Amino acid sequence: MVPLEAFQVLSAVLFAIGLYGVMARRSAVLIVMSIELMLNAVNINLIAAASHLDGMGNWANFDGQIIAIFIITVAAAEVGLAMAIILRMYRNRATVNVDEINLMKW
Amino acid sequence: MLAIQDLAFWVLSVVAIVAALGVVLVRDLFRAALLLAVVFIAVAGFFVLLSAEFLAVVQVLIYVGAISVLFIFGIMLTRNVREGNLPNHLQIPAVLFPALLLVGMVIAAVATDWRPIPEAATDMVELAQTQSVTVLTEGALESGGFDSSQAREEARQSGLADLLIGRYVLPFEAVSLLLLAALIGGLALARSRGS
Repeated sequence: MVPLEAFQVLSAVLFAIGLYGVMARRSAVLIVMSIELMLNAVNINLIAAASHLDGMGNWANFDGQIIAIFIITVAAAEVGLAMAIILRMYRNRATVNVDEINLMKW
Repeated sequence: MLAIQDLAFWVLSVVAIVAALGVVLVRDLFRAALLLAVVFIAVAGFFVLLSAEFLAVVQVLIYVGAISVLFIFGIMLTRNVREGNLPNHLQIPAVLFPALLLVGMVIAAVATDWRPIPEAATDMVELAQTQSVTVLTEGALESGGFDSSQAREEARQSGLADLLIGRYVLPFEAVSLLLLAALIGGLALARSRGS
């Protein structure tokens, strides 16, 4: 069995790459994609913990998998809304670059 | 000795990390979306390795099947392809901060004293996890080490669906409400004013 630490280091690497994408890129679509990358890293971590750690008396410890299901659901809702907002933004301002969107800046 | 699981883990992690780097570094946004689908498939492979088969299927259906397509739609509709994936002016902090966070997370993962499943129970836990996605016969559970009928009953009721409709039924309902709200909100945002 692959040790738990290997999965955790892997998910930390994916999370850091996603965070770089969120911080360093201009396109709003790519920022949403990087957020999905970070959420996937978190899911790997949760499911690795669910299958490696002691379930405290239960035979199988599924709490991590349940939380991962909720994360996937919320991520799907989030992408749907984010895409609607980005399309709206493109229609009104003809750009999706986040450093050109300064409507709420004072 | 390199077991088949270790080999699969290393191959999948190389694929996932290279594709993830491609997502944030490649110039063409369309290629970035396709590479993101590769990352999602690799993550589904990790779920299979972790004996979470149901989540692997969900990952392929929702992420690869729906979310990637949605991203490609978004990229096409906003005609961002010719501009590409430009960096902004925050390059140095954007490299420094994730790198520091990565070092911190790796130290935390390695230094923490995890409480793994005891060696003697790993086979039984694996059997109980199989029970959660398919229904095993009484005999299969008994030969897998579940001696008493009470233990077999507990193993039967530790499945994913039992938890989702049992202990986690309130968040389950809340999430369905959230999906409905997101559906209506997305429609209201994306439709044009005239129609």
